[in-house]
Formats: sequence, structure tokens, C-alpha cells
Amino acid sequence: MVAVRLWGSLAEFADGHREVDIAATNLRELLDGLAKAHPALKPQLERGVSVSIDGRIYNDTWATPISETSEVVLLSRLVGG
Amino acid sequence: MAKDEYAAREFKVVGTRPLRPDGIDKVTGRARYGADISAPGMLVGMALRSPHAHARIKSIDTSAAEVLPGVKAVVTRADFTHQPEDNATADILDNCMAGEKALYDGHAVAAVAATSRNAALAALAAIKVDYDVLPHVMDVDDAMKPGAPVLLRGRKQESVPAEMSDNVLTRTQYGHGTPEEGFKKADLVIERNFKTAATHQGYIEPHACLATLGADGQGDMWVCTQGHYMVRNTCAAVLGLDAGNLRVTASEIGGGFGGKTTVFLEPTALVLSRKSGRPVKMTMTRDEVFRASGPTASTSIDIKIGMTRDGKITAATGDYRYQNGAYEAMNGTLGAMTGFAPYDLEHVRTTGWDVVTNRPKAAAYRAPGAPMAAFAVESVIDELARELGLDPIDVRLKNAAREGTRSAYGPTYPAIGLEATLEAAKAHPHWAAPLGENQGRGVACGFWFNFGGDTCVSLMINPDGTVSLSEGNPDIGGSRASMSMMAAEELGIPMEQVRTIVADTASLGQNEVTDGSRVTFAVGLATIKAARHAIEIMKERAAMTWGIEADAVEWVDGAAQPAGPNAGKFPPMTIAEIAAIASNTGGPIAGHHEVTAEGAGVSFGTHIADTEVDPETGAVKVLRYTVIQDAGKAVHPAYVEGQLQGGAVQGIGWALNEEYVYGADGTLQNPGFLDYRIPVASDLPMIDPVILEIPNPGHPYGVRGVGETGIVPPLAALANAVSRAAGVRLTSLPMSPPKVLAALKEA
Repeated sequence: MVAVRLWGSLAEFADGHREVDIAATNLRELLDGLAKAHPALKPQLERGVSVSIDGRIYNDTWATPISETSEVVLLSRLVGG
Repeated sequence: MAKDEYAAREFKVVGTRPLRPDGIDKVTGRARYGADISAPGMLVGMALRSPHAHARIKSIDTSAAEVLPGVKAVVTRADFTHQPEDNATADILDNCMAGEKALYDGHAVAAVAATSRNAALAALAAIKVDYDVLPHVMDVDDAMKPGAPVLLRGRKQESVPAEMSDNVLTRTQYGHGTPEEGFKKADLVIERNFKTAATHQGYIEPHACLATLGADGQGDMWVCTQGHYMVRNTCAAVLGLDAGNLRVTASEIGGGFGGKTTVFLEPTALVLSRKSGRPVKMTMTRDEVFRASGPTASTSIDIKIGMTRDGKITAATGDYRYQNGAYEAMNGTLGAMTGFAPYDLEHVRTTGWDVVTNRPKAAAYRAPGAPMAAFAVESVIDELARELGLDPIDVRLKNAAREGTRSAYGPTYPAIGLEATLEAAKAHPHWAAPLGENQGRGVACGFWFNFGGDTCVSLMINPDGTVSLSEGNPDIGGSRASMSMMAAEELGIPMEQVRTIVADTASLGQNEVTDGSRVTFAVGLATIKAARHAIEIMKERAAMTWGIEADAVEWVDGAAQPAGPNAGKFPPMTIAEIAAIASNTGGPIAGHHEVTAEGAGVSFGTHIADTEVDPETGAVKVLRYTVIQDAGKAVHPAYVEGQLQGGAVQGIGWALNEEYVYGADGTLQNPGFLDYRIPVASDLPMIDPVILEIPNPGHPYGVRGVGETGIVPPLAALANAVSRAAGVRLTSLPMSPPKVLAALKEA
């Protein structure tokens, strides 16, 4: 299981939990697992998120590996100028 | 270690300052910008824009315009027959051409294509629009109130409390710990409200495009943009076209700064072309640029920070309210994520709000959302340091985020360079220089994420051994030079033997927009990989020529050579020698790489500003300015210095002069550079850039993006300098002479 940290206002859609455990070995499994375990998160997941894995931010690559000891933090989808 | 990872090495090309390959074209006028292209039979396209901040469009009568001499097409929203399914694309369409309502002064409601500009102007004047003028709202705090005029219903996201106005689209909250507990441990707590005005990116070149769209659905565009793939994909989605049928070529670009990361004219130009059967060129006037493109958000921000006597922050909270114009944008979210990012905080909570108002839709502007947040946070830190008699750099060093710090937005930092920028600021002669009467010095830190994204590069070895490199990102900050340098570094040849061009959308795979300070990082990564790909092929060709195994060949200084004495004794084969016989050894040689680049390194900077305040007029003069920023690795230091200087100058304008001024009727009062005052060279001292190089572990050369962080600290650095010079805290931007004078009188 991977511990996923949610941002504050997202916790309201995960039964109030700031941290949830998801069975995942990569980014795609993580996002699918989040949507399945907490369907109320789906609108935000569909709008898009970025994910920090061990301090590096990932946007898209489904195959990005995640280990059980990884620090995983969900972030608002980043944009730039 | 993965091949993308940083590995220390000695550079021969990277880090030098060769002549800019785009320089001669730009200074001689040979460079072709958005409005510089014409086509046989081309028409002039122009838009009719709403004179009202908020109005229901009851009817549009175009009949008189359609019969005027030279008028070939008139379009309204009814000519955009495809209705996008998702809200984001629907908003882009509605922003390009108003549907039921005009949502801001300058919102396009119709457009014409005619054989001359005069004929087009006559047609615009002949269009009759019947408006039902509605109440408008311009200020973020006003727009959030229950009962405020509502722009669009049903767009509020699930995170926004139900009782709030429909103008509030998003709420995001970040942080950790319990700030209420942390504030109890503070010796001093300061809480203030800050306001910043909407500012425009101020690019010199207005939006322009030339579009051709046939009845068969095939089209071509020449566009001034930060992302021609974005233009292709967005126009296809808005108009219901196949992306493969649109070929978009990016022009040279006279500045973008985030303001050219979306479309404004392009779908309309395509529809006009389809209706008239002729190519259509549209070019915004400066008035249109101000009224209908850009700007950034204006804000109202509450910051509360507690500190101990010795300068340790015990808790911090922030409420970041951003108005984003008439449609959704996420500036407030990014403000909430970035404001406290430079600091190691045990207790922190931030809330970001994104709100719509009757202003043009906010576009990205260099580190969108972050400069305003930094202004508010860094101002309170400065005030705390002053009240407690502490050195403002020492206070920041005491609380600085480092490797292993849990950031205010969640993740734990890897190696970062904030502390190094602060130490460099403290050691810089600027910090110790004496100040005179009515003068003050300010310091501030800033942070930006940077990112990567979809990227494709193709690298061709020409028959004479020179190299042609194609990238898919418009060059707004020297990327053609940087890519040539990185390719030359890998290949072991002089940079002058590599020419980089920006290819059109039919020539390479998908490329993300030139934004997020991504290009030197992501396109550089793809360039290095494409060069390595070509090297592998060239090693195979040399091995074939020598009759040895390819893995017995190594690449050194631009040539293949046997990897050791056991591989055989052959003289090195240069790129030119390998290229000359390519037809005999398997055919043309090219390397390519396609990647979704991830792992961009975050970036920090520290700025020092000296200002002098005229107590009689309130005018502020910038006396000295130093920028210190971590670039990871500066590929072409002169371009990096330009980015740092440019960010500082735009921030100085934002801090001191620039603002959108609206009348009571919601119309923009200063849509031109005479009344919207950006800094010019005579307003400024030389900006002193100091580049630090703390390698990004996620790039082979350690590169970090540098384009955005430079605009984050200046608002606060200037505010801190002016506040110290004036002896009163300035909390509202711009710090224009009337505001400074009023503050002086109140003090």
C-alpha cells in the first residue's frame, strides 16, 4: 500500500482523511485506485492533478514507479507562463 | 542511475556565451513576426467588441455590413456551429466570440473579413448589436459576496461552499500542522491585508495570425504564439476539425510571458476564412491587446505570521483571493501553493480562491499567481524582522526550506538552492552598501515549480557533417541557441555547426506549449537524447566500415574511434567522414527523441532592491537591483541573465506603476502604453544578475527552468524597500506616487 497525502480541501471528498492508503505500484494504478476508493474525488481527478513522488513532480507518465516507501503527495494540476 | 539523471562533467560548449543565432535577423528586421506574412487574395479580419462590461446580447444585425463594398464575410457566434463538450473548451470558444452575454469590455461579439482595413472598419460600424446592459462586478472581494452580479451559473466546483456566490469557482487548501497552536508560541504576530492590481504581460508584439481554411476542412495557420501545437489542438476542438488537417507554423515572437499560451483570434480567423473562401489575417491593435487578451489576476490576500523574538516562524496562514476575469483560471490555487514555499514551517495553512469578474480572462503571466502571494508573505516577514530588530536575510535563513524540508504545499524537497541564494545575497556588496536619506533597501525570496511535458526533437546529420535540429517550441528565450549548444556538446562539434529551427505541427509529434520554464529543461533533455541516438547510429556505421563490433566503438570529440587496443587500430572517423559515406553504409543518419519530460527541478531566487522615495511627490526611484537565482546549469549564461533581468524589470513595473484602471461603468480607461506605464530603460538601473548552479538531479546537465522565478520576488523586494524608505508599510500595488504620498501623509 502507498500512503497518499491529499491537499486540505480534497480531504473533504475522502471521508475527511488527509492521508489515504492505495494499492499501487505506479502512477496509473494510484490514480485509478484513488478514484475507486474515493469516488467523490473523481471530479478533481478528471480535471487533472499533478503528483509529487519523493519530491519530484509528475503530471502524466502512467508507468512512473511508486514504492511502498515513496512519499506521494497529490497536487493541483500545475500550469505555467 | 537512470540515463536522465544528472552526472557531473566538464563542459566545452554549455556554459559559454556564443553569438545569438537569431540576433542578426532580429536587429536587421529580417525576422518574420505574426503580422509579417501575407498570402495571395488575403483579407483583413477585424473584430467588433462589446463596449459594455456585462450585457445580454439580444440580437445582432449584420445585414448592412454584409452588402458593403469589399466585405467578404461577417461572422457571429452563430457561425461557430460546433459546440464543445467540455467546459474548458467551451469557455475558450465563448471568450473568442461571445454567445448569450458579453462578459467584459472588449469581448468580441462579431467579426468581419474585407479587402481592406477601411472596408473592414466600415463593416464593423454597420453591425447593429442590441444589448441589455447588466450590473457588473470588477473587484474580487465584491464578486465573492452573496448577491453580487453573477457571470455564469453552474461552474462552481464541489470544493466551494454552497452558500457562496456562483462567481467563486474554486477553493483549494494546503498546509500542515495546527496554526492556532503555533501562533500561541509567537512573541509577535502580524496580520495584514494586501492588494495587487491586474497587470498585463506587456509583450511588444500584438496577437496576430494568418489563417486559411477550405471547404474540405484542411487549413494552414501562421501564428504568433507560445505554442503552435496548442493553437492547432485548441482550434480543432473549438471548431470540431481534425487536428491532422490543420498545419500551424509559429512565427518569430515578440514576447509572450504566458500571455500567448491560449487562443484569442485564431478560431475566428479560421471561420472567416472558411466563410469567405480566402486567407484572412487578423492583427490586434494595442487597444485590443489590453482590452481582450492577458492580463493577470488582481488580488486581495490576508497573511498572518507569528514569530519568536529570535526570528523563528511559529505559524503562518494565508487567504489568497484572486479574480481571474470572466472565465476560470487557477491563479489563486497557485498563490496558495507558492506563497510560503520558501520556508520550513511546522504550522501552515493556506486557502486559494479563484473568482470570476467582468474583466478579460486572466492569462498566465510568468509564474502565474506566485508574485502576488510572495508580495504578501515577504512583506509580513520583513515587517516582523523590522519590529523585532532582526536582519531580514538572517530571518529568512533561519526559516529557509532545505533538502528534507516538508514544503508548505506538501512534498518534501530534494536538493534545492534557496539557502545558497540567501547566503549569496548576504555576501553580495549590495547588501552592505550605504544608503542615503529617504532611501530604503528591501529583500525578498521567490519560488516556482517549473515543469516538463510532451516534447519531440529530431536531429539530422547532413551529408557534409553539419547538423539540422528541429524542435517544436517557439523560441521566446533563446531556445534555438540552447538546443544547438546542447547538441554540439553531446556530438563534440562546434555550436556553429548545429542549426536549430522551430518546426511546424506537421513535422514533429506533439509538443507542450513554451511555458512552465520547461523548454531548456525538457527540449534540452530530448535534444541530448536525440544526439545520443544519432551517435549510436554513427558508431554502428564506423564499426561497419572497420569490420568490428559496434560496442567496440566509442565517441570522443566529434568522432568515432576504437574503444581500446583490442578493438583494432583505426584512425578516428569524424561526423563529416561518417556522413559523407552514409548512403553507402545504410542511408541517411538522424536521431530523434520523444518524451513526456518529468522531474523538472523547482527554482528559488532572492532579490535585493534599493529605492529612494521623494517625500514631496511620492515618486519612487529604483537605485540598485540585484537578482540571485539558482539556474541548475546555465546553458547560455547571457540568455539566463536576460531572463533574470527581464523578470525583475516586469516585477518593478508591477510594483510601481502598472495597473488596469476601470471606470465606474466597467470600461478600461488606460488601454495603451501612454497610460499603462511599463518601465523603460531610463527608469531603471542596470539589473545585476547573479547565477547560482545547484544541479537539478532530473536533467543530464543539471538544468532547471529559469524563465519564471525571476518575477516572483520583485513585488515584495520593492515593497520592502519603499516601506523602509518611507517609514510606513505599503500594502497595495502599484505603489504609484498618489498612493505613496497618501501613505506618507497618514504616517
